[in-house]
Amino acid sequence: MSAVVTLDGVRKTYRSGAIEFEALRGVDMSIDQGEYVAVIGPSGSGKSTLMNILGCLDVPTQGSYHLGGEDVSTMSEAELAHVRNRRIGFVFQQFNLLPSLAAWRNVELPLVYAGVSRAERRERAVAALTRVGLGDRVENRPGELSGGQQQRVAVARALVTEPDIILADEPTGNLDSASTTAVLALLDELHDSGRTIVLITHEHEVAARASRNLTIRDGLITADDLVVA
Amino acid sequence: MSWAETFRTAWDAVRSHRMRSMLTMLGIVIGIASVILTVGLGQGAQDQVKSQISALGSNLLIVSPGSTTSSEGVRGGFGSASTLTLQDADAIADDEAAPDVKGVAPVTTSNAQLDTTSTNWTTSLVGATTSWPDVRKREVSSGRFFTTAEVSQGAKVVVLGSDTASELFSGPTNPVGQSVSVGGTQLTVIGVLSASGSSSSGSTEDDTAVTPISTAKALTGSSSSSVSTIYVEATSEKNLSAAYQEINALLLNLHDVSSAEADFTVSSQDSLVETANATNKTLTVLLGGIAGISLLVGGIGVMNIMLVSVTERIREIGLRKALGATPKVIRNQFLVEASLLGLAGGVVGIIIAVVGAWTLPGLIDQPVSLSLLATVAALGTSLALGIGFGVYPASRAARLTPIDALRSE
Repeated sequence: MSAVVTLDGVRKTYRSGAIEFEALRGVDMSIDQGEYVAVIGPSGSGKSTLMNILGCLDVPTQGSYHLGGEDVSTMSEAELAHVRNRRIGFVFQQFNLLPSLAAWRNVELPLVYAGVSRAERRERAVAALTRVGLGDRVENRPGELSGGQQQRVAVARALVTEPDIILADEPTGNLDSASTTAVLALLDELHDSGRTIVLITHEHEVAARASRNLTIRDGLITADDLVVA
Repeated sequence: MSWAETFRTAWDAVRSHRMRSMLTMLGIVIGIASVILTVGLGQGAQDQVKSQISALGSNLLIVSPGSTTSSEGVRGGFGSASTLTLQDADAIADDEAAPDVKGVAPVTTSNAQLDTTSTNWTTSLVGATTSWPDVRKREVSSGRFFTTAEVSQGAKVVVLGSDTASELFSGPTNPVGQSVSVGGTQLTVIGVLSASGSSSSGSTEDDTAVTPISTAKALTGSSSSSVSTIYVEATSEKNLSAAYQEINALLLNLHDVSSAEADFTVSSQDSLVETANATNKTLTVLLGGIAGISLLVGGIGVMNIMLVSVTERIREIGLRKALGATPKVIRNQFLVEASLLGLAGGVVGIIIAVVGAWTLPGLIDQPVSLSLLATVAALGTSLALGIGFGVYPASRAARLTPIDALRSE
């Protein structure tokens, strides 16, 4: 299996005035194609920083990050935007849907920035919504959908570009237990169909659904366990 | 991302915040409407003056006695050196001395009471020669104008202005052939002038009575050859200044004075137009300046709202960036949004100005003439305001880092 994600000695230092804070203190990891990895750790462990770097929202202070064979640790803001667009599908805790746009128009957004034609965007957005079981909610606005449904729209948006990895940051943090189950079942299903998923969570029950658990603590990976189903 | 997509995204944003968009536009709307209307009012006033004056003849030069800067001229005393005479008029009419002069009409003016058997009317009594209708661009609507013979004989005839005629002879009575008396002298009405084009402004061009200059002198008991004004028609508008020079030189020579002590003034309609326009222009610039300031304030309003909008939509910006929008794409989106607001404000402003131009003249009795140029310029300005005041908010939005933007609540 080829590695999609490779981190090599990644360090991230934040500076606030005279105070320096090292959020990541040399992280080495690699994630293979088709893996379902959960990154777990308490708050303040550096898990959000790791997520930002994995998502190309931030660059490491030191070390290198290869995503799909490309070294992204030295890229410019505009180049990173293209990498995020092509290779990463984001699912956020707060869904982050645009309230004024219908579900399909939220889903097509990454395709707009990829320069896909309008007709094809609509087709692919509807297909992605059907994939997450919302084929009948294409024209609904986020406000007309339940939390679980909104998060499924967000998953559809993450899927629509056929990215190298789906990066889910506490995707169930704002959901009730029924919706949580539905969203996690959806992620399982995507994993079964060969998607690479990185899930960030602090809940062990959620992490247990993944095939591999990375534990992060004080800016270092302290455990790397394969989960036995 | 294509411009069409950027435009669509910006349009969605404008539409989804209708109230805010409308309030943002309001400043531009008011600014553009008031700029167009003030310029239109100024233009309307200038056009009005121009049409009033060109109705009198644009080839016309007016020679008045006395220098306008000297109080002697106002006296207009008979026999004094400052008075224009019929001899002056004849000299100007000479083709060799003044080749660019086409017609000369010396006139005397005084006020006189005209009596009919049933009523009376006081009007300005103009003593003129036969060249008067040509030079003053007036026509007789019924009857005829007096002849050279009548001028030399001092015939007891009069031609009435249309207003004067209707004041003296009401109803179906045809004034032609009737008689009026001035100070006991019976005059026969031989013609009525057609209404002058400039009567709309309430001028008294149509309230007048024209008699042969010799008759007028006899009526006022004057034996001198002095005249009140000499109207001179140049051969063409182009030759107006040449005619001006000729008249000036001729009269200085005749009166034997230097140009510094000139006892007459030659003015053209152009100089009247210029004086009137200068006043109008000052007002237009003043009002236009105030309107321009309100436009500037409107532009700052756009910037203010766009900055608020950037702050308010910080999460949206973060999300769009996370999904692959480059800083340039975000900047363009906000720029297009600001330009849309500016442009839409401009269009609404123009509509209001057009409606205003249509209703205002009825309310304030002032013509408003909208020019295409001013309208296009206003549209361009509103677009430029949108872009100009959108640059700063747009670049702020573009500079936001995606994590900061996403993290904010």
